Amino acid sequence: MKMKFKINKKERTLDVDKSMPILWMLRDVANLKGTRFGCGKGLCGACTVHLDGVAIRSCITPSEAANGKGITTIEGLSDNGDHPLQKSWIKHNVPQCGYCQPGQIMNAASLLNQNKKPNDTQIDEGMAGNICRCGTYTRVREAIKDAAKG
Amino acid sequence: MMIDQIRKISRRDFVKATGITTAGLCLGTLSCQSTPKAAPSGTVAVDPIFKPNVFVHIGEDGIVSIYCHRSEMGQGIRSTLPIILSDELGADFSKVKIIQAIGDKKYGDQNTDGSTSIRKNFDKIRGSAAMARDMLIQTAAQKWNVAKETCDTKDHFVIQKGTNKKIEFAKLVIDASKLALPDQSKVKLRKNSDLDHFHKKMPFVDVKDFVTGNARYGADVDLPNMLIASIERPSVMGATIKSFDNKAPTKVGGVRKIIKMPEPKQPYGFQGWGGVAVLADNTWAAMKGREALAIQWNLGEHASYNTKAFKASMETASKKSGPAYRKKGNPSEALRTAHKKHSAQYYVSHLAHLSMEPPVAIANYTEKDGGFCEVWASTQNPQTARSAVARATGLPEDRVRVNVTLLGGGFGRKSKGDFCSEAAFLSKAAGQPVRVQFTREDDIKNDYLNTVALMTFEAGTDKKGMLKAWQMKSAFPPIASTFMDKSEVPPQARDFQQGILDLAMGIDNFEAQAITVKAHVRIGWLRAVYNLFHSFATNCFLDEIARKEKKDPLDFMLSVYADRVLTPKEMGNTEMHNYEQDIEQHPVNGKRLKQALSRVAAKANWKSRAKDKTRGYGLAVHRSFLSYVAVAAAVKKEQDKIIVDEVWITIDAGIVYNLDRVVSQMEGSVIEGMSHLFHGGITHKNGAVEQSNFNDAGILRMPEAPRKIHVDIVTSTEPSGGVGEPGVPPVAPAIANAIFALTGKRLREFGKA
Ligand code: FES
Ligand code: FES
Repeated sequence: MKMKFKINKKERTLDVDKSMPILWMLRDVANLKGTRFGCGKGLCGACTVHLDGVAIRSCITPSEAANGKGITTIEGLSDNGDHPLQKSWIKHNVPQCGYCQPGQIMNAASLLNQNKKPNDTQIDEGMAGNICRCGTYTRVREAIKDAAKG
Repeated sequence: MMIDQIRKISRRDFVKATGITTAGLCLGTLSCQSTPKAAPSGTVAVDPIFKPNVFVHIGEDGIVSIYCHRSEMGQGIRSTLPIILSDELGADFSKVKIIQAIGDKKYGDQNTDGSTSIRKNFDKIRGSAAMARDMLIQTAAQKWNVAKETCDTKDHFVIQKGTNKKIEFAKLVIDASKLALPDQSKVKLRKNSDLDHFHKKMPFVDVKDFVTGNARYGADVDLPNMLIASIERPSVMGATIKSFDNKAPTKVGGVRKIIKMPEPKQPYGFQGWGGVAVLADNTWAAMKGREALAIQWNLGEHASYNTKAFKASMETASKKSGPAYRKKGNPSEALRTAHKKHSAQYYVSHLAHLSMEPPVAIANYTEKDGGFCEVWASTQNPQTARSAVARATGLPEDRVRVNVTLLGGGFGRKSKGDFCSEAAFLSKAAGQPVRVQFTREDDIKNDYLNTVALMTFEAGTDKKGMLKAWQMKSAFPPIASTFMDKSEVPPQARDFQQGILDLAMGIDNFEAQAITVKAHVRIGWLRAVYNLFHSFATNCFLDEIARKEKKDPLDFMLSVYADRVLTPKEMGNTEMHNYEQDIEQHPVNGKRLKQALSRVAAKANWKSRAKDKTRGYGLAVHRSFLSYVAVAAAVKKEQDKIIVDEVWITIDAGIVYNLDRVVSQMEGSVIEGMSHLFHGGITHKNGAVEQSNFNDAGILRMPEAPRKIHVDIVTSTEPSGGVGEPGVPPVAPAIANAIFALTGKRLREFGKA
């Protein structure tokens, strides 16, 4: 089915099965590879993107749900990789393998959109859905706090 | 000690390997095993003599390229190696590029397991860089007509010390490349203290790509006309297909082909797993189509594998004795006459790898010139992948090319070539490029699991409560079973190497026996492997004895380890593998072990822990991968939940370069050890894995992560040990011991915390 999406501020008309999760629409059809597949069941957060500004798990959200709406992926979070969170991530050398990091950053960005100055517990709870198998959690926390200081 | 011989690499070979045609100076090392015959100019002729491990090229455009033959999977190798090189060469780091090598035996060992990457390569990289520096300096000195000793290199220039004279590398390389190779024994490396980045925080090469989504992993490789395959594999080892529906999947839009996979034969090694593949235009269609396969299986003998029953069978087997890989004195007699006897049994279940990026491989098989197969994969070991692909396609190895992509975590899973075999087979069968994409469920159900182990201890103490006798049995199906044509294989001495043969206890009566049990699944290696359970059991058992003897666990642990180097002979070892490294260079050093333990205890204020009313403290220390790591943990209770509040970790890995990446490896090790302890454990029912995804095969999440992880790195001049793996083994026991201190509850299993 033909659907219209505004992906990273660009209008795209794509012909995909309406049940196809946004994750696979982005990766396989729109050729945006920054959004990652980790579990396919909404359990790890690697696939996090923003749907009209709010973090969603793209692996369990059908493309149909984004028809006519705006999707922001890691590639569109900032123009030059200079979102405060991206800068803070670089400052703290957060990534190890890096695979989970786009999802971590997209989730953190949505968290900060809703709460400019989250406390430790709010950060932990807000990020609990994002797994990092390499174990970068303590740095992710620091990087979010640093970015929130702003 | 074997010195790697540095050679000039001919232009022709360089172009062949890299495709880079810029002229320049190229040096590299040959693997130790080869016997090079030098051509007159010092240039080495082509294959088979040409076997560079690592090589460095300085182009006439000034760009320095390093041919990096190891996979990056989070350890920062691709940052560390270039920086070591830049420091030694006097190069500007921003002009250094890394080229990822393809899988080929000519690069020597390319496996990124075993924490060996840095250990084996820093000398080679530095050696090549020092030679190149020497040649650049010689060239400049000749031009200026000054003594070479008055010159140095800095920021991509040769300079004359104390003057303003300087000349860019770019202007020197062509002349430098014509010089004869200097005598390697006369070219000195810079002092570590003269290296700008040595033992400091280094720049992180790929970090911007990681945070902007531009890093490219295996699954990001697209080929024209490629199909995506999702494979329904047998859930029980050795199961075969009775029947399946080859019509229903084709009704799913986008499904193109259904292909039955070849059935693997023992030894399973790195063959594919069998099953049926559904190939489609996109991943979603392949996954949907696969759901319609309705496969009926013949489950076979391993359907009898049930975790509880198997544990009971290990207990029965451990009642008998087995061959001893380490024996000293007369432990049975010493136990009989001991003042007090202590005994315990520890059990650690299978553990899964759960790399964040599920395994993925892309293959393109073409018929041209009798067949050629090119593979792109997030592999830790492109060489074994290459062999596996050759076998799956029937091609000779030189008709296979394996390209290594970035890895979204490996942990040992991706050194197995099975997923590459599957992609290659399918591409050949389908006649077009194919990507095999594991789902998370596939990753968990078709993993080469870390083994399951039961450890049985008896120890004897004297009147003063000092340890006098130690007798242990370790029962587990070993990795070797995956590579043999039978399932019942005894644990090997090289398995006991991990935490038993190098347990630095100097006591007079010591014995470690191997107990044989059957393998019912493909056994593989997970970061730190056998050390995971040997360290857990030993450290917890020592804590148990200390507490029963009313001793401070720190003092007791310090009392059981030797204050010096122990030789394999005096430890009573029948064999010593020592991570395949020279025992003279990397001895079993009780002093370093104790030093790490004392340091971590001091950092955690162990001796004044009684003042901390809310938290319980625990300790552990372990030697693995030639490094010594100690951990202290402080845990507390919040609403009946155990919280790991603070963790201290001290590592003595000999010389370390990239401080920040060592710190991040230790932080990750703490999280991983906690994942094992709190969520670990893959169980089987009727031969199949019971867990399916991150809901039941747990990984620690942020709220459970310690508030603070303090990493302490010992400054050392000892040869480098591993960093990627040795951090994990002491984490779980330190926390288990802390939980005992807090609650009085003794954990003797993972996944039960
Ligand atoms: S891939 Fe979507 S939550 Fe894991
Ligand atoms: S950095 Fe590897 S999974 Fe997070």
